[in-house]
Amino acid sequence: MNDAVAAVPTVPAQRAHRRALLARALGNPLSLAGLLIIGALLLISVIAPLIAPYDPLVTDVPRRLEAPSDAHLFGTDALGRDILSRILYGTRISLRIAILTGVIATLLGAPLGLISGYFRGRVDDLVMRVTDMFMAFPRLILAMAIAAALRPTLENVVIAISLAAWPAYARLARAVTLGLREENFVEAARALGASPARILARHIAPGVISPLVIQVSLDMGGIILTAAGLGFIGFGAQPPTPEWGLMISEGRTYITNEWWVSTFPGIAISLVVLGFNLLGDGIRDILDPRLRSVRG
Amino acid sequence: MWAYIVRRVALASLAIAGVLVIVFFLSHIIPGDPVAAILGPQAPNDVIEDLRRRWGLDRPVHEQFVRFVVRLARGDLGDSLATHRPVIRDLREFFPATFELATAAILIGALTGLAVGVVSAVARGRPLDHAVRFLSLIGLSMPVFWLGLILLYIFYYRIPLLPGPGQLDIFIARPPWVTGMITVDALLARDGGALINALGHLLLPAVVLGSHALVGIARITRASMLEVLGQDYVKVARAKGLAERTVILKHALRNGLLPIITVIGIYYGGLLEGAVLTETVFAWPGLGRYATSAILSQDFAAIMGVTIVIALIFSLANLIVDLAYGLLNPKIRYE
Repeated sequence: MNDAVAAVPTVPAQRAHRRALLARALGNPLSLAGLLIIGALLLISVIAPLIAPYDPLVTDVPRRLEAPSDAHLFGTDALGRDILSRILYGTRISLRIAILTGVIATLLGAPLGLISGYFRGRVDDLVMRVTDMFMAFPRLILAMAIAAALRPTLENVVIAISLAAWPAYARLARAVTLGLREENFVEAARALGASPARILARHIAPGVISPLVIQVSLDMGGIILTAAGLGFIGFGAQPPTPEWGLMISEGRTYITNEWWVSTFPGIAISLVVLGFNLLGDGIRDILDPRLRSVRG
Repeated sequence: MWAYIVRRVALASLAIAGVLVIVFFLSHIIPGDPVAAILGPQAPNDVIEDLRRRWGLDRPVHEQFVRFVVRLARGDLGDSLATHRPVIRDLREFFPATFELATAAILIGALTGLAVGVVSAVARGRPLDHAVRFLSLIGLSMPVFWLGLILLYIFYYRIPLLPGPGQLDIFIARPPWVTGMITVDALLARDGGALINALGHLLLPAVVLGSHALVGIARITRASMLEVLGQDYVKVARAKGLAERTVILKHALRNGLLPIITVIGIYYGGLLEGAVLTETVFAWPGLGRYATSAILSQDFAAIMGVTIVIALIFSLANLIVDLAYGLLNPKIRYE
């Protein structure tokens, strides 16, 4: 793989760069739309109990599979539960999975990447071979196997996707570390007698954080899709959890006539993922001017 | 270059061996007893015990692993606990369906993606470019399994234009097994009716599976074209008075193709992942569904078999991508 990394800017320069980046992200209408969607999602997940018209878990079998109406804007599912309320509460699940997975995968990958990039040699070879191993296999299928081994629950979905996703972050952290370790300020710290642990924590880690945060935010949409896919094939959340992938799967049987059972949760997933993708696209645009749509 | 290939194959084998170890131990810590699950709740305990002993499931996990490796070295993947047939036979039967689906998907994705990418690069900054960009973001955001369900609903239930799930209508005889891919077998058997029906069945799942690849290929095509269109030789070609069409297709696209081909290869390997979900929605009897049911029923031998096949395909696809890169760009040297 490519060991050479372009010169990495210093921390203060990065900070200024980050601010400029944020300003430009807000100026771009597409990424602004993405931010608004994600903001709405956050808001809904907090106030779900206040705005949901029904309890997401209470069944009302006599009113099962009712078409969308004034009483049930998105209709009811096979057990008579209100689909709109379930979708509103489902925001909490999707957000929790996305955020926890992003955090755990980064916490697993970043330290390994830092250590392997800084010390090189045997450790580096070992870590890289382990990431090869994980990357020799499709992420979703690996997550399926892990989720099945751990029993399908929401917490285990997070663990499964994190375990399948960390190698990419380890590699990114390693690549950035390889560049930083040759910088003058790291050299200076070493000359002053700083321990490797201190150099990694104080001088290198801060420079690794921002590329990692950007990468994780680019991956958020993918994480939500993977989690929904796991729910759909039965390796994720279990009934009666209002998880969107699971809701689509529950509506599969009724797709011929009661189309609303699967359709609305799918729109919810698409919208949230679209929000993350719009934001990510804006960020990528700014980082890689070649992809920019208008000369700027 | 050969030294490079040997090194890559060695590294890939190491990685695959690692995957096998991980998956073996993972699948053996799945809580529950596959034997009890197969025999049902009424089975007497001594029958369960007997079967467990016969399949070697009463041995410690590490002993089972050694047995697995010894058997694997002889090319024996064992028998599936669920289908009671050699896993090799199962794989041979399920693989062609996935290969057929993935190939159709990448053909649709690559051809459409190239066209869309070139058009939006040429229309850069104009409304068409923005529309394509927005639509492709929406396409990337939809879960494939949901897109599959919705398309089935529209084109099968609502407006019955296309046949439904599965590979063939039940009243159509399956052409004799040659490659296992129904469209190819129907072609070989000169069975026009079966061919048309099979193509109809193939269309929706292939579009769904290829949708993410389409968007990815369109994006990289656009980016690559934009870069090439700014080069001096393109200006020269234009200055010479060549038709815009010739400039774009002969001068620009041909040179911009390198990164595009790499991405096509990457997506081809990645289709396995989407295949799990697409095959579930369309009742497509392929590897993805085989893997899912193997994991769900704790069918150890089948899990290991399908793991080997998937890891092999995945690694092979990556290797081919890297080699293709070198063939297309002589500036790249392998060490």
